[in-house]
Amino acid sequence: MGLGSDMYRQQILDHYKNPRNYGELEDPTFSHVGENPMCGDEIRMDIRLDEDNETINAVAFSGDGCAISQASASMLSSELTGKTVDELLEMDRDDVVDMLGVDISPMRIKCAVLAEKVAQDGAEIYRGELEVEKTTTED
Amino acid sequence: MSQQNLESLDVAAIREEFPILEREFDGQQVVYLDNAATTQTPDPVVDAMSDYYREYNANIHRGIHHLSQEASVAYEEAHDRVADFIGADGREEVIFTKNTTESENLVAYAWGLNELEPDDRVVLTEMEHHASLVTWQQIAHQTGADVEYIRVDDDGRLDMDHARELIDDDAAIVSAVHVSNTLGTVNPVSELTELAHEHDAISVIDGAQAVPNRPVDVGEIDADFYAFSGHKMAGPTGIGVLYGKQDLLEEMDPYLYGGGMIRKVTFEESTWGDLPWKFEPGTPQIAEAVGLVAAIDWLEEIGMERIQAHEEEIARYAYERLEAEGDIEIYGPEPGPDRGGLVSFNVEGVHAHDLASIMNDHTIAVRAGDHCTQPLHDRLGVAASTRASFYVYNTKSEVDKLVAALDDARQLFS
Repeated sequence: MGLGSDMYRQQILDHYKNPRNYGELEDPTFSHVGENPMCGDEIRMDIRLDEDNETINAVAFSGDGCAISQASASMLSSELTGKTVDELLEMDRDDVVDMLGVDISPMRIKCAVLAEKVAQDGAEIYRGELEVEKTTTED
Repeated sequence: MSQQNLESLDVAAIREEFPILEREFDGQQVVYLDNAATTQTPDPVVDAMSDYYREYNANIHRGIHHLSQEASVAYEEAHDRVADFIGADGREEVIFTKNTTESENLVAYAWGLNELEPDDRVVLTEMEHHASLVTWQQIAHQTGADVEYIRVDDDGRLDMDHARELIDDDAAIVSAVHVSNTLGTVNPVSELTELAHEHDAISVIDGAQAVPNRPVDVGEIDADFYAFSGHKMAGPTGIGVLYGKQDLLEEMDPYLYGGGMIRKVTFEESTWGDLPWKFEPGTPQIAEAVGLVAAIDWLEEIGMERIQAHEEEIARYAYERLEAEGDIEIYGPEPGPDRGGLVSFNVEGVHAHDLASIMNDHTIAVRAGDHCTQPLHDRLGVAASTRASFYVYNTKSEVDKLVAALDDARQLFS
């Protein structure tokens, strides 16, 4: 079997069918949305910080999309809780692939990194380091 | 088409000319159902291009030497061959471009930008490919023209009453897709062209999904412009065609400048060469033109009517098998004379991209996404669909493999 089947291991399917932290936070420190226009995947990430304005204490996501994008958002939402904004911003594509624990075929990598990119852009916007209305994984 | 004619299409023999169809991944033979994106290239086309590079590669026009003469004749005569294939009056009406998109852009820049005035109406359809939709939308922004879209009804056909409303004396151009790359709908392009002409508008037809698989006669359609691509009709990538009526092309100024398209140049001024060369600046796609001729020869030897009948047969079979599954939404008209050889669909509970990945596990090549028709997908209320599209070498057993693989997707995602 090829890369595709490897992509859909139990953990991915579990997060897709039973997403963790799905929904919206009542009092997020910041929220951001993004999309992968070619797939139609859409993700909104809500993040709440501790009083130190640095430690992430709650994450929620909402949106629609393929199993890879949704599972990735679900796993990321758990992963980020307790991390700092700096740690979030230091994450890269490899960290997402490691988190998913499967080989992601090249054509699907944009689905996998959407949630991470939305969270990172949201954090940068919050810090005043970036100005975008909506994140897209097309560029 | 009679059943006898259908049977006489020897798919096994045809497939022998496509070594790529024998390729295996993880021990499974490829099932290529992504023909609306690009078709595979038969050996005679590859050989013709290889012969060109091995035997008579040279730049064209004005080369005095033997090789240039051979290359020039081949390149120029390729226009005659295409003209003959689509029923154009001659090489003057056949411009080689990079692809259908560039053909659309040529009309938009060389005609639209100069002719459109504020409040002129550009009439498109909701099922336009981005090639014409985005192009005309942007030209309209620049000229102040309005864009209106002929509605697609619930059966996936154009609402012709709406077309008659939109195509009035304000209409300057009607640009429509001949066969929809998403719905498979075969549109009444002659009727649309007639409507356009009744109101002194011009018609531009996107034939990218029509020329590869059915007889097309631009004279019969009476279109002012007609665009298509080589790589969707067993030919090479890198070459497209814009057919244009000679009187219109004569009036138009080029929008790309350079060598090869001029008559006389001074430091101050330039004059343009004859048709079609005035629209083909720079060194053109010589090998690709040779390949396109070989593709046309190859297609005509099989016969366009038979290719159409074969595709319709496979598409009908795919439609009926998918419909029988019960959890599949299929887009576009029911099988019949106004449906081409592709089926776009969604399986309940499975995202199109996940489905395409599962199909890939079975080495089945389908396309998932918006197929360059995002507004149409908005209209359908889905973000993406999976599309299986067929060509002359596809078989019903390949459709069976597609349907069988659906079970895997259901098991994983439900």
